[in-house]
Amino acid sequence: MATISPTKTPLKKGKPRRGKGPMALSGRDRTVFFLMVAVPTFFHVLLVWVPTLASIFFSFTDWNGIRFDSISFVGLLNYEQIFTVFERDFFQAALNNLVLLVFLFVGPTLFGMLLAYLLDKNLKGGRIYQSVFYTPVVLSLAVVGFMWQSVIYSTENGLATELFGGGEGVNWLGNQDYLIAFSDNLGISKNFIAILVAISWRHAGYIMVLYLAGMKSVDQSLRESAALDGCNEWQAFRHVLFPTLKPINVVVAVITVIEALRAFDIIYVLNTPRRTQVLSILTTNNLLGEGGGNVGRGSAYAVLLFLLCLGFVIWYVTNHYRESEL
Amino acid sequence: MSELSLPRSPSPSKAGFHLPRRTMLKGAAGAAGVAAFPGLLAACGDSDDATTDAGGTAFEIGNASGDLTIGSNYSNELPQAGLAAAAAAIPNADVTPVINEVDHNTFQENISTYLQNPDDIVPWFAGYRMQFFAEQGLLGDITDVWDAGLNDELSSGFKTASTGLDGKQYFVPWTYYAWGVYYRPSLWADNGWEVPNTVDDLTALATDMDSVGITPFAFANDGFWPAMGTFDQLNFRINGYQFHVDLMAGRESWTDDRVKEVFATWETLLPTHQADPNGRTWEEAAAAVVNKEAAMMTIGTFIGSQFPEDEIEDLDFFPFPEINPDYGTEVVEAPIDGWMMAADPANVDAAKEMLYHFGTGTAQDAYLAEDPSVVAPSGSVNTSVWSPLQNKVFETVQNAKFVTQFLDRDTSPDFASGVAGPRIADFLADPSSIDSVLEDMQSQAEVLLGE
Repeated sequence: MATISPTKTPLKKGKPRRGKGPMALSGRDRTVFFLMVAVPTFFHVLLVWVPTLASIFFSFTDWNGIRFDSISFVGLLNYEQIFTVFERDFFQAALNNLVLLVFLFVGPTLFGMLLAYLLDKNLKGGRIYQSVFYTPVVLSLAVVGFMWQSVIYSTENGLATELFGGGEGVNWLGNQDYLIAFSDNLGISKNFIAILVAISWRHAGYIMVLYLAGMKSVDQSLRESAALDGCNEWQAFRHVLFPTLKPINVVVAVITVIEALRAFDIIYVLNTPRRTQVLSILTTNNLLGEGGGNVGRGSAYAVLLFLLCLGFVIWYVTNHYRESEL
Repeated sequence: MSELSLPRSPSPSKAGFHLPRRTMLKGAAGAAGVAAFPGLLAACGDSDDATTDAGGTAFEIGNASGDLTIGSNYSNELPQAGLAAAAAAIPNADVTPVINEVDHNTFQENISTYLQNPDDIVPWFAGYRMQFFAEQGLLGDITDVWDAGLNDELSSGFKTASTGLDGKQYFVPWTYYAWGVYYRPSLWADNGWEVPNTVDDLTALATDMDSVGITPFAFANDGFWPAMGTFDQLNFRINGYQFHVDLMAGRESWTDDRVKEVFATWETLLPTHQADPNGRTWEEAAAAVVNKEAAMMTIGTFIGSQFPEDEIEDLDFFPFPEINPDYGTEVVEAPIDGWMMAADPANVDAAKEMLYHFGTGTAQDAYLAEDPSVVAPSGSVNTSVWSPLQNKVFETVQNAKFVTQFLDRDTSPDFASGVAGPRIADFLADPSSIDSVLEDMQSQAEVLLGE
């Protein structure tokens, strides 16, 4: 991950490797080799591909999830309904997923980088600050949700209400008005922003630790020579420090994409305030719960989320290999 | 400390809080109150006598033996103790109840999966939600248990709530509470306020409350179920029971002018409610009533769980005031919890005998002795030990011509939690958006309720 192969061996295909090929392995080696490939493949297929294909299959059916003999094929009906009857829910959810992704890249990432940069200066009490900023990372986002709901965002006596409310109650999580409206029923709502702030409280600490580790490992002589050459603070960061952090950037990008697409717990535990739903919430609400559910429609939402993920996976894979080939 | 807020209205079997036992003097007054319902009292046969008449049915009391598994979501302290006491009180000592307890919300979320492989008897809700599973063939017919004596033990309204769409009984009612307008009588007495009988009285009273700086209605909607309570009250007060039930079942349209009238009335009442309800939990709103910052709240009896134990006697309620004189206050909302039998129980005799037992006053008295926050439906329960609040709930429900269960129990759960709740929240956030909100609700109702 962090090191770039000096031999520039292409990972995809081409030149035969040095040494003996697999055919030259002894019988015992071959058994081990076979098991090491077969066992993970078996579990991967069972736990990843079977459910994925089952979801795609169910997305073309109407089923209440109770008895298998009640499954009926409905073709594209579930997708058609999602894009007509349930369009408000769906487009708002897809937008929220994208907003979350962009926001995580901009807000917590830059803030975490700033914190790391400052802590890297060996400030007095730096360890304490480091611990303070890192502590939220050990909490699950569900717990973060409960804490912010009761301590920070409580309408009557939350900390945020006391600080910014001017003596009035503030409806942080219930205010579904759009801050940026794209249409009457599509936009970025104020309560979603409130949730983004809570998410970044945790996420920034995570980013900070990653960058801090990266900065600590930067060769001190690089900075010294930058200082001797008369770089100012910004130049030293931009042209000396930042380029050496490239491997960290890749890790941060991957983590951020994953966090944005799997976002679920904090919104779910807050009872999904209006206009804060994400695709995973729509999937869950249709599949699980008391009424036997709508397996067909839930699966269709899952397939749409899968396609969105697939886009990022393809982007990541192509990007990653391009960087490896440098 | 309250529990985490949840996306559904509380079950009677969930809350659980202490109410003071009434004194002898109050008991006498309460008994007089009950005597005003002779039909009910006349229906209270002695259960042992009743069973002897039941010759010819497959089910007879006292034949069962062996282990009986009871599924339980009575996971909170008081309901848990109550269920254990009630099950142990079964007269037939040969039946050994085995209670398999699951956390209340886990049970609720996984009910469909659970019913594939259930215990012999299973806790659930009366009405629509029971009928849904009965239709799927997941429940056992217990009409013979009713014929063996529960018909005498329980009034016809409870029987209707226990009957499937095929006319057979699948359910034994067990506990319930009532929705209404809850308030602190001491605050009202101090200010000389009187219980309003019509919505005009209510509006006038609200103006008076505002003038002394007290918010008339505490109001919350976190989880999107609390405001359903107000919607239900307005809808059956304005349009009556039948329209409400048909609307819930998808037989009437949400774009109907009668529905629009409900929301128009609601809009005129919104200034008397706490603003911005969508982000407030019902516990926070209830705290405003407890602290006398708000005068009243449209909520269920479970609001008592928010009162300090020494102040709970200062809690009373009245039915939501009349709006349309055609319907008066004939409907009351009272969610009923009870018991059902699995389609294929391991010990069918014991299951039926336990269900019969659960329908009698013996079992329900044993339950209420541990958890007095609710009321029991059997005609032979001992109401003389109940608190005034319990008796009031009991009387209100007995007096009602129709009983509804609550929006999230009277319609399919995916429509209630996925559509009705969020759209009502949209209305509360922006009342002027109501036409577009209702169109959206109707198109989704057609998909979800038509399936």
